[in-house]
Order: sequence, then C-alpha cells, then structure tokens
Amino acid sequence: MTLAAFLRERSLLVLALLLALLVGIITVVRPGTVTPDWIANTLLFAVPLGLMAGGETLLLLAGGIDLSVASVASGAAYLLSSNAAPLGTTLAVLLGLAAGLLVGLLNGVGVAIFRVQPLVMTLGTGLMAQGALVVYSQKIIGQEQLVPRAVATLGSGKFAGLVPYALFLWLPLALLLILGLRRSGFGRLLYAVGDNEAACRLSGVRVWRVLLAAYAACGLLAAVAGIVLVGTTNAADLSLANVYLLPAIAAAIIGGTSIFGGRGGYGGTIVGALFLTVLDSLLTLLNAPEPVKQMLYGGVILALAAAYTRLTD
Amino acid sequence: MTRPGRLLRRHAALLVMPMLVALFLAATVAIHPAFGAFDVQSLALGALPLALAAAAQTVVVLSGGIDLSVGSLMAVANVVAARTMQHAGFGQSLGLAALIVLGGAASGAVNGAVLVASRVPDVVVTLAAGFIWGGIALLILEQPGGGAPDAFLNLGAGTLFDGLVPNALVLLIVVVAAIWLPVRSSRLGLTLYAIGSDRTAAFRSGVAVERTRFLAYVVGGVFSAVGGLALTMTTGIGSPLAGTYYTLSGLAAVVVGGVSLTGGRGGMTGPMFAAYILTLIPTDLIFLNIDPNFGQVIQGTLIVLVVMGGGLATLLRQRP
Repeated sequence: MTLAAFLRERSLLVLALLLALLVGIITVVRPGTVTPDWIANTLLFAVPLGLMAGGETLLLLAGGIDLSVASVASGAAYLLSSNAAPLGTTLAVLLGLAAGLLVGLLNGVGVAIFRVQPLVMTLGTGLMAQGALVVYSQKIIGQEQLVPRAVATLGSGKFAGLVPYALFLWLPLALLLILGLRRSGFGRLLYAVGDNEAACRLSGVRVWRVLLAAYAACGLLAAVAGIVLVGTTNAADLSLANVYLLPAIAAAIIGGTSIFGGRGGYGGTIVGALFLTVLDSLLTLLNAPEPVKQMLYGGVILALAAAYTRLTD
Repeated sequence: MTRPGRLLRRHAALLVMPMLVALFLAATVAIHPAFGAFDVQSLALGALPLALAAAAQTVVVLSGGIDLSVGSLMAVANVVAARTMQHAGFGQSLGLAALIVLGGAASGAVNGAVLVASRVPDVVVTLAAGFIWGGIALLILEQPGGGAPDAFLNLGAGTLFDGLVPNALVLLIVVVAAIWLPVRSSRLGLTLYAIGSDRTAAFRSGVAVERTRFLAYVVGGVFSAVGGLALTMTTGIGSPLAGTYYTLSGLAAVVVGGVSLTGGRGGMTGPMFAAYILTLIPTDLIFLNIDPNFGQVIQGTLIVLVVMGGGLATLLRQRP
C-alpha cells in the first residue's frame, strides 16, 4: 500500500495524530498544563462546537449547509434564560428547543420543497432569527434573566469533579449520530442524496423528506448547543454563539466531510471539533494576539482542507 | 415561446428592479413627505459600500463561485486607507487610493491562486481567507480610528449641481461602469458566464477554466478594495470590523438582484438596485417609527421570499 493510499484510508487517524501533536506542543511549551482538569475543560468547551458541527455534518453529507446555526443557538439560549423565571426550567428548555426545530423546519421547507439553494435560504433565516431575537429582547427589556441551576450544571458542572456533565449529553448524541449515519436507512439516504440526488429521485427516494428531516435535526442540535453554551457562560446575550458559526463548518470539513456531499461522517467531525478547541487553547496559552490567532486559524483550516482534497481526488 | 416573453425573462432584473426601487422610493416619500435631496444623498452614501460589496460578489458568483471574504478584504482596504491618508493631501490620497485598488487586485489574485492551486471548494477557501484578511485588518488598525482628507471623503459624501446629484451615486456608476463594462464585453466576460453556467461544457469548448476563475477573483478584489475606500468615505475613519457585515449583506443584494447562485445567470445592474432597496428598508422603518431592528427580519424575509418565488417559478415551469 502506498503512503497516499494509506493516508486516504486512515485520514481520521492522521487528524487524531495531529491532535496528539498539538497536545504534545502544549506540554512542551507550558509543562504541567495538560492535567485531567485541563482535559475535562477542553472536552467541555468542545461540546457546543461538536453539537453544532454535528448538524452541519448531517447537512454537508446531504449536499447542504446551514448558516443559521449560530443565530439559532443564541436564540435558544436567550429564550431559555429569559423565560426560565416565569415558565420554569423544563418549559423554558422546551421553548428553546422548539425555536431551534422551527427554524430548522423552515430551512428544510425552503431547501427541500422550494428548491432554494441552502446557502441563501439559511442566510435568510439566520438574518430573520437574529433580527427577531433583537426585537424580542427589546420587548422584554427589564425582565429577569435566569440561567436555571440544572442548565448551569449541565454546562459547567463536573461529575465527581472530573467528568463534565455535558459529556453525558454529547456522548449518547454522538453515538446516535455515528451509528445512525452508518446503520440506519435514514443515514444511508443522507449519503445517497448528497452523492447523487437525481439518481435517488429516480430510484424512488422521497428526497424532500430526507432533506426536511436533516434540516430539522440540524436546527434542533444547534438549539441543544446553545443551551449547553448558556450553561457554561451563565449569561445569555444576543450574539452568544455567533463566533461558532464558521468553526462549526470548519470542524466538519477538517474532519473529512466533503462539502460536495456524500462523503464523511461524524467521527471525523468530533476529532475536528477537538482539534479546533485544542488549537484555540494553544494559541491562548501562547498569548497570541487575537488577529494572529484568527489568521493561524484560517491558515490551518485551509491547509487541512487542501491536504484532504489532494488525498481524496 | 413568444419573443416578448423571452425578453422579459432574460432581462427580468432590468425591468423589475428599477420598478421596485421606484416603488420603495415612492413609499418612502409617502411615509415621510419631507424626504428630500439630503435624504437622497445619505441614501446614496449609505448604499455605496453595500453596492460595491455586491459588485465584488456578483463577478465571482457569475463565474460559479462564492466569495465569503469580501467583507474582510473591504476592511483591509478601509483600515489601510484610514491609516495612510490621515495626514495626506488630496492629491496624495488619490494616489494612495489607486495603490489600494491595486492591492485589492493583488489580494483577490491571492485568493484566486490559492483556490485554483489547492482545488479546495470556493466556500472553504474564501471562508478561511476571510479569517486571514480579517486578522490582517486587525493587525493594521486595532481600534477604529485614522482618517482621510475632507476633499477625499467628499468624493463620496458630497453632491453635484447644488446638492441635486449625490456624488456617491455618480461614483458608483462611474466605478462600476469603468470596471465592469470592459470586462463584460471582452472575452473574459464571455468565459466568465460560460464557466458559471456549465464548467464542463466551457472546458470542452476550450475555455481556460482555471484562469477565468482566477481572474474573477481579481476583479472581485478590485471591487472589494473600492468598497473599502467607500467605507472610509461613509464613516470618515477606518474600522477593522466594519467590513464583516458586508460579506453576507452583499450576498443578500446579489440574490435579491436576481443573480443565480449556481452561476452564469444575472447581471450587474440587478444587485446595484438591490443594494439601494436593502438600504432603504431600515430608513423606511425609522420613518415609520418601527423598531429598525425589524430591518434585519425584513431583509431575511425578503431574501427568503425572493428565492422561494424563484424556486416556485422553476417548479411550475417544469410541470407539464
């Protein structure tokens, strides 16, 4: 087996090695940083990114993309924290999730039924959601903002002081996504639609149902991510999750999911999300100024994407 | 198919967009009778950076690509202008502006070269490039500041003929015509549309696909740089983050302006009118005493409705 073929077969392994390399660099640069505590925190910070990137993975596999995930996540977080006091925790959480599902369904209707390009549709709904959120926040100005205890525990608490509670949410969801994509009919259909939509249609697949379900799932995952995030930061603001939009797409792409659809999986996305989180924490450790951080971030995404394209072409 | 029908479909944007702008303007005057020359001037000035961002995006989208780094490139041009022109004279500032436009072409060339060499999809390359150019803008100017000579700002902010014609409108028409008309009527324009509508067919007909894609980004870079200069004229200063807004809203103007995101279909005029409409909406809302934050909701809804309407039309046409 040639080296290229080996890398192609085991691209996930290569990314995992790169991740290990980053952790190695951190131990060399700042010895004593990598402790069980640091690992727990890194995993915790990776959860919202991993969840949003999960939604993007589903859509990229089916040949779509979602630019509204950040607005949805911020919206779910804000709805939750501003309604927790009057409605109670459970209802407020459900309200946040429902908002995510609603935007996801709207995206799905536009893309699957009206055949709108996903980029434009989700750009539009993202603007709508963000604007509606600003208007809503001014309507309820002065109302008590409250992050319920349960949500704060989920977003920042650790079981036995070591394992973040958020992992108990992420791991089952991740397993569900990985197995669902590999084993379920719906999962296979996502790959099929992304690979060749016309062929799917001709073989009797109701493509619109597959796409609608995928967009709804993506909206829901983004809302869950927003809820975990507000638990971590303990305060919702209108642009809480905005910084996650591009990293979420980037995590899926450097995890080996093709932007053209039909190729990739959630396993790679998880490694991609961890990679970006560790990279971020390395750059923070090095006291890299924000602009430099941003440039390195872009450079790494570009380099990894280029490497993948070379390998898979 | 009848000839008028085909003409209408081909030039739908040319007919519908001016009517829409007129409608919006009429509505604005109806809502706010005091709407006068000064308001027209601020409308033209406000729409200038957006229209140029849309122009940059249009060139790339017509070629079948998409540029998510337009806003960051505008920010770079904006901060470079504000930093270098602060103590410059008018003549000097014009020279600097020319250099910045050249720089814009070079930056677009970098985007295009990386894109063609790496064979990574446009979305990913320009997404990453957006991070990088944004970082560079922050390195050049950390906080909003700097400035430019009044005479230079006046190129966009001033008026002609006793305040009747806003400079910003003249500037937009001159710049877009000077850059786009030669491109459109040359071989490059033809190949641009060709690779946008069917890349394989264009390749087989002997079009240099990669070179055309590269050149589309170069022209886009020029428009982005002029957009950054326009941002300086609008705000009077440089701000490293001001540009980011224009990536997505420029794309919105392109879509509302009737350019197909799959490439090869549409023109430059539609997005220009769309930029005026998208600028008028928040103004109207302020006149109507409606929370201007609804502007974003309406912008989003407008994008969604326009594209859904387009999708519906295609569906109906396909049905026997």
